[in-house]
Amino acid sequence: MLTEFGKIFIFIILAIIFVIITLFINKLIRPNRPTVEKQKVYECGENPEGSPWVKFNIRFYVVALIFLIFDVEVVLLFPWALVYKDFGVFGFVAGIIFLLVLGLGMAYEWRKGDLEWARPTPKPPKLDELLKKES
Amino acid sequence: MSIWEVIIISLIKILLIVVLMLLTVAYLVYFERKISAWIQNRKGPNRVGWHGLLQPFADVFKLLLKEDIVPEKANKALHTLAPFIALFVAFATYAVIPIGPTIELFGYKINLVVADVNIGVLYVLALTSLGVYGITFAGWSSGSKYSLLGGVRSSAQMISYEVSMGFSIAGVLLLSQSLSPTKIVEAQYGWMWNAILQPIGFITFVVSAFAETNRLPFDLPEAEPELVGGYHTEYSSFKFAGFFLAEYANMIIASMMITTLYLGGYQIPYIDKLGLNQTLTVLLQVGAFLFKTAFMLFFFMWVRWSIPRFRYDQLMNLGWKVMFPLSLLNIVWVAVLIMVFRL
Repeated sequence: MLTEFGKIFIFIILAIIFVIITLFINKLIRPNRPTVEKQKVYECGENPEGSPWVKFNIRFYVVALIFLIFDVEVVLLFPWALVYKDFGVFGFVAGIIFLLVLGLGMAYEWRKGDLEWARPTPKPPKLDELLKKES
Repeated sequence: MSIWEVIIISLIKILLIVVLMLLTVAYLVYFERKISAWIQNRKGPNRVGWHGLLQPFADVFKLLLKEDIVPEKANKALHTLAPFIALFVAFATYAVIPIGPTIELFGYKINLVVADVNIGVLYVLALTSLGVYGITFAGWSSGSKYSLLGGVRSSAQMISYEVSMGFSIAGVLLLSQSLSPTKIVEAQYGWMWNAILQPIGFITFVVSAFAETNRLPFDLPEAEPELVGGYHTEYSSFKFAGFFLAEYANMIIASMMITTLYLGGYQIPYIDKLGLNQTLTVLLQVGAFLFKTAFMLFFFMWVRWSIPRFRYDQLMNLGWKVMFPLSLLNIVWVAVLIMVFRL
């Protein structure tokens, strides 16, 4: 007997075949005339400067870590949610305690400033200062 | 039923869904352009075919005939793999979404869903999380600064909103006590729609869905004025079309998930009390599902052409400091609701 996961398997295989076929057809009929200019990386028409793999903000890494922690907690919460109605008040209290601990972790991250991102600090030009500079 | 009959029925369903999906994606692009034109008081595409109805096909053939330019600094293998992943993920998710109840046709009992698995919601969550890889690979492997920044931003954004999405779904699971999309729809009988019972969860889920599909107001990964094209700056030809199709396919999936989880799926309140014959009921229900999905799609476009893009710090603040606590609050709310009313 074909299980429901078997059907998903068929679906996934068909999806892979479909994607490969479309990209293969594209490969057959598209032109291919590479030149040095065409293959340059786009940088507003200038020659690219330095390595393309630039340094990026460490905050992205911190966000990934926080995500990891909380996503695991989502996974832990799902089984609780699925059997919640069978456990009555006990299930309720257990769930609330878990959520409290989770909220505490969140409050800690917040307090530590791990959720803060650099804000732009615009300095609008003031008329009298400009006039002073002029004179 | 013998195994061959099951396989053939499944194949027919799969083909139907894939064809339907491709057509909807193609015409979604057309409707997006038409609706944006309507909102901005323009005409939109109107040259190819009657009222521009053949425009999607013209676009696809144009993209098929374009030269594929791979930049010299790119990591070729990953550069090719990225659109594969994006498209594959977008397609494979369709397998578990129920578009209607069980129907009797030619003596067979047919579920109007390709595969009614008992962990359907987890399946959708898992696959949409894989979508992050497509974007990250595309951004990293292109060897362009814009792509890299777009890819990094995008992955941070998607994982941030995934957390509140997961917590919002937990609220739905509390009520349905099941991970199967069919059971979740059945649990929302009558007016017991999750959107009505847990409005906070509905809002956090919709906002997270916008962020997950990289639609405006959260389309930071592509932010044209600052990042050129974001993670797909260096893509051309059908590889670019791959990302483009995947974006729209993801939008349809998001709408279908919102409909299934919060808007009662294919349910029309109290239709079984009217005493209509069974085939008509099923047809009406499938129609209701398609209508709800179409409405959500229209909502996606409406928002895109009405609200400006967020700044990156605003986006992250909204994700972690507003959506996340709200989705936690939603779980408590649903738990209390079940305790008090014994739902």
